[in-house]
Amino acid sequence: MNATTIPLRQPRRSRRVLHLALILCAVGFMGLFLILPLATVFVEALRKGLPMYLDAIAQPGSLSAMRLTLWVAAVAVPLNIVFGIAAAWSMTHFRFPGKALLGALIDLPFSVSPVIAGLIYVLLFGAQGWFGPWLEAHGIRIIFTATALVLATMFITLPFIARELIPLMQAQGSDEEEAARVLGAGGWQMFFRVTLPKIRWALLYGVLLCNARAMGEFGAVSVVSGMIRGLTTTMPLEVEMRYNEYDHVGAFAVASLLAMLGLVTLGAKTFLEWRHRGELAAHAPGSH
Amino acid sequence: MTLEIRGLTRKFAGCNALEEVDLSIAPGEFLALLGPSGSGKTTLLRILAGLDFPDGGEIKANGRDLLSVSARDRKVGLVFQHYALFRHLTVAENVAFGLRVRRWRTRPGRAEISARVETLLERVQLAGLGSRYPAQLSGGQRQRVALARALAVEPDILLLDEPFGALDAKVRVSLRRWLRGLHEELGLTTIFVTHDQEEALELSDRIAVMNRGRMEQVDTPERVYHDAASPFVCEFIGSANRVNLSRGARGFAAAEWMPGPAPWGDEVDRAIAYVRPQHLALDVSSAAGQRGWLAQLRHIYLAGSVAHLELDVPALKQQLEADVASEDLPRLGLRAGMTLHVSPKRAIIFPASGSEPGAETRWVWNGERAAAVVPARGERVVNGIF
Amino acid sequence: MRKRILPGFGLSLGYTMICLGFIVLLPLAALAWKASGVGIMGLLQLLDAPRARAALMLSFGGAFAAALINTVAGFLVAWVLVRYRFPGRRVLDALVDLPFALPTAVAGIALTALYAPNGWLGQPLFDHGIRVAYTRLGVGVAMVFVGFPFVVRTVQPVLAALDREIEEAAESLGARRWQSFLRVILPLMLPAILTGFALALARAVGEYGSVIFIAGNLPMQSEIAPLLIVQKLEEFDYAGASALGAVMLVFAFAILLVLALLQRWSRRWAELPA
Repeated sequence: MNATTIPLRQPRRSRRVLHLALILCAVGFMGLFLILPLATVFVEALRKGLPMYLDAIAQPGSLSAMRLTLWVAAVAVPLNIVFGIAAAWSMTHFRFPGKALLGALIDLPFSVSPVIAGLIYVLLFGAQGWFGPWLEAHGIRIIFTATALVLATMFITLPFIARELIPLMQAQGSDEEEAARVLGAGGWQMFFRVTLPKIRWALLYGVLLCNARAMGEFGAVSVVSGMIRGLTTTMPLEVEMRYNEYDHVGAFAVASLLAMLGLVTLGAKTFLEWRHRGELAAHAPGSH
Repeated sequence: MTLEIRGLTRKFAGCNALEEVDLSIAPGEFLALLGPSGSGKTTLLRILAGLDFPDGGEIKANGRDLLSVSARDRKVGLVFQHYALFRHLTVAENVAFGLRVRRWRTRPGRAEISARVETLLERVQLAGLGSRYPAQLSGGQRQRVALARALAVEPDILLLDEPFGALDAKVRVSLRRWLRGLHEELGLTTIFVTHDQEEALELSDRIAVMNRGRMEQVDTPERVYHDAASPFVCEFIGSANRVNLSRGARGFAAAEWMPGPAPWGDEVDRAIAYVRPQHLALDVSSAAGQRGWLAQLRHIYLAGSVAHLELDVPALKQQLEADVASEDLPRLGLRAGMTLHVSPKRAIIFPASGSEPGAETRWVWNGERAAAVVPARGERVVNGIF
Repeated sequence: MRKRILPGFGLSLGYTMICLGFIVLLPLAALAWKASGVGIMGLLQLLDAPRARAALMLSFGGAFAAALINTVAGFLVAWVLVRYRFPGRRVLDALVDLPFALPTAVAGIALTALYAPNGWLGQPLFDHGIRVAYTRLGVGVAMVFVGFPFVVRTVQPVLAALDREIEEAAESLGARRWQSFLRVILPLMLPAILTGFALALARAVGEYGSVIFIAGNLPMQSEIAPLLIVQKLEEFDYAGASALGAVMLVFAFAILLVLALLQRWSRRWAELPA
């Protein structure tokens, strides 16, 4: 061996031990606090065997809860898509007074307790609320109906898509839209041919997160639902009802479906981050 | 297309991006808007493209008001500084975009669109690359895609924003000769923004030099370089030595250098002369009776065909730069550390305080032979040749 | 008004305002109106009731403790994910977001089953005399669970963007490893760490679904403020619910303000605008 060859630098032994210890700490913490609870869901759901599990899922209560959950998401998510795009468009391509305030308002639902989100709609539409008496006089019910579930869900999920699109559109700038205009494109032509393709992956990303939250929301909907089985119980509420009725397997069976939805969302989200990193917003602090 | 710009003003948050800008552009002209960053050149370009609007003034295109026409209908081809190519569309789709978004009545058929795209791609030497995406092209190729996309809509006027700014030096030179050739072929009125004087001098028919939102000079490249109309143009275009003159008993002088009788009255008592490095005469002989300043040669910076000499002039308490051809160095016997005499051969002299009326002239001093007084900014004519 | 270059300003801003107005502002106004209806003295009286005070103390105190734990653990996890390469790193990275993806009710019953005296973790802990489920400790565990991703996800990108040369520079100037960590890395990370802390705190204070199952919900003992709001609503005590809600809403606004200030603070090193 040549005497002047510089040996490949190896981390010192003590440092490697430190690395290993830190990795083990991190894995241990996450295992204890995140992975173990997730595993519990499936173990508890299958505790009495697969037939019991399938039986619990096939009960009319869970089926109607699934239908309602899908329905709520099917209304709330598209409305949020339009809101997210409109908010991001106005926030990133124009200057107007009160813009900072608008941005703060869009973020507000992130830091408000879900229970507050339910409470405010009760105060607005409930029997003693602002519009309660008027609605009652006209025979319209909002609280304890699916409408209230949609409203509360929309409040909770309002920032998800906008927060995903705003930093991305900010980074992309207006050049391509201006180029489209100079080349003679009309407003909608510009939107569908230039803007939408530019933001499609970030939009999908936001929709995934928004949908997961919409289907899994518990606190806000539990306040406005009234828990009428078959009518106003979404899947998370069904989980609570069964749990309180000591139907352990049933509660965990429905919970396992929601957990699978969460895992699928997580997987799709990770895939998007890996495949389309360049077309997603760099995740700024506080973006969730 | 003839463009007439009159009194164009644009304010941004209190400061003026454009101040009373006048400019006319003849059909088929290749005009450079040259200036440092923040001089308002890009603002002017964006206003022409319909992407910004002035606070005052007017633009007439062939006699019609251009400002009331929306960007969409202006028939302007714009090449953005960073090209703004649609990253999700192929090269061919990018070029076809302007045709595809036309109202259906005026939209060409599919076959015609693809034929036109083919022709354009050939013209910009990108034939065969139509199915690539912008990210798969080199910088120079992207630039040409942007150009083809702008030309596809058959614009009346072509605008280019720093067209070579994002390219490396080699590509830049070859691409700008190619662009000049293309312009001669198409004869399209073309305006381009640049902060690179070399680019402007080499490429354009006329240069509009801008500074702080104002037009300093609009002239041919030769005249902008040799006959700068303002101190700013002297300093911005090429390099120039700046020498202070003051009025003495025998007229203006800077130490031993006395350019002769000045064109101004007694109200002007100080002036600034700009002398290009190649307009400094050097004399190394030690014989008596030499003219000019005594200087010490501090350094010789060899820059290829030219050598830059750094001269220390004690009488002026400043340094001067002189340029000589590299091959002349041995002939002149120049060495660092030696003393020699320098004197200007040619200078452009401005009154040091330009506020007095009647002093808005410059004094083009051509050695001992003759000096011409030329109105600055073409506003005021002073009679007489000195 | 000056002409706008890109179209859709009126449409997009109009729709945004209408949505925000109906879904966020109007309902919040109803809360403010209801809460102000009781008057300042009435409000203070409602909040000073022992049960309300205990609930607020638990919500804020527990959230604060949980956010502290999450700050330490979150920084550690972010550090490990950014700096070290080991098998399973990508999976671990993806799983950080599990509390965002898992519905809170699911997390709630899972944590309860796990920490109940007969659960996988509850059993050994119970044998050592530690009760987690149905106590304040359980509340804390659930709050740690829901707040965990915030610190990781705010620190991680900043840490990844940190130039390794900065540490090398510190070490070439003679700093020990721990000195370069304490004097160079930590100060640069501080805005992100505090932002993560504030977000985790806000989330834990308002958390409902995952806490109520494990808490046992004994008044004065393990009852959190959001649950007390629900209780009051069920008793048709709208004024009481609104009073508690108003306090939590003010806290949410305060967190938003703190986040905005942190954002500005973290930009103090930014390049000056040209």
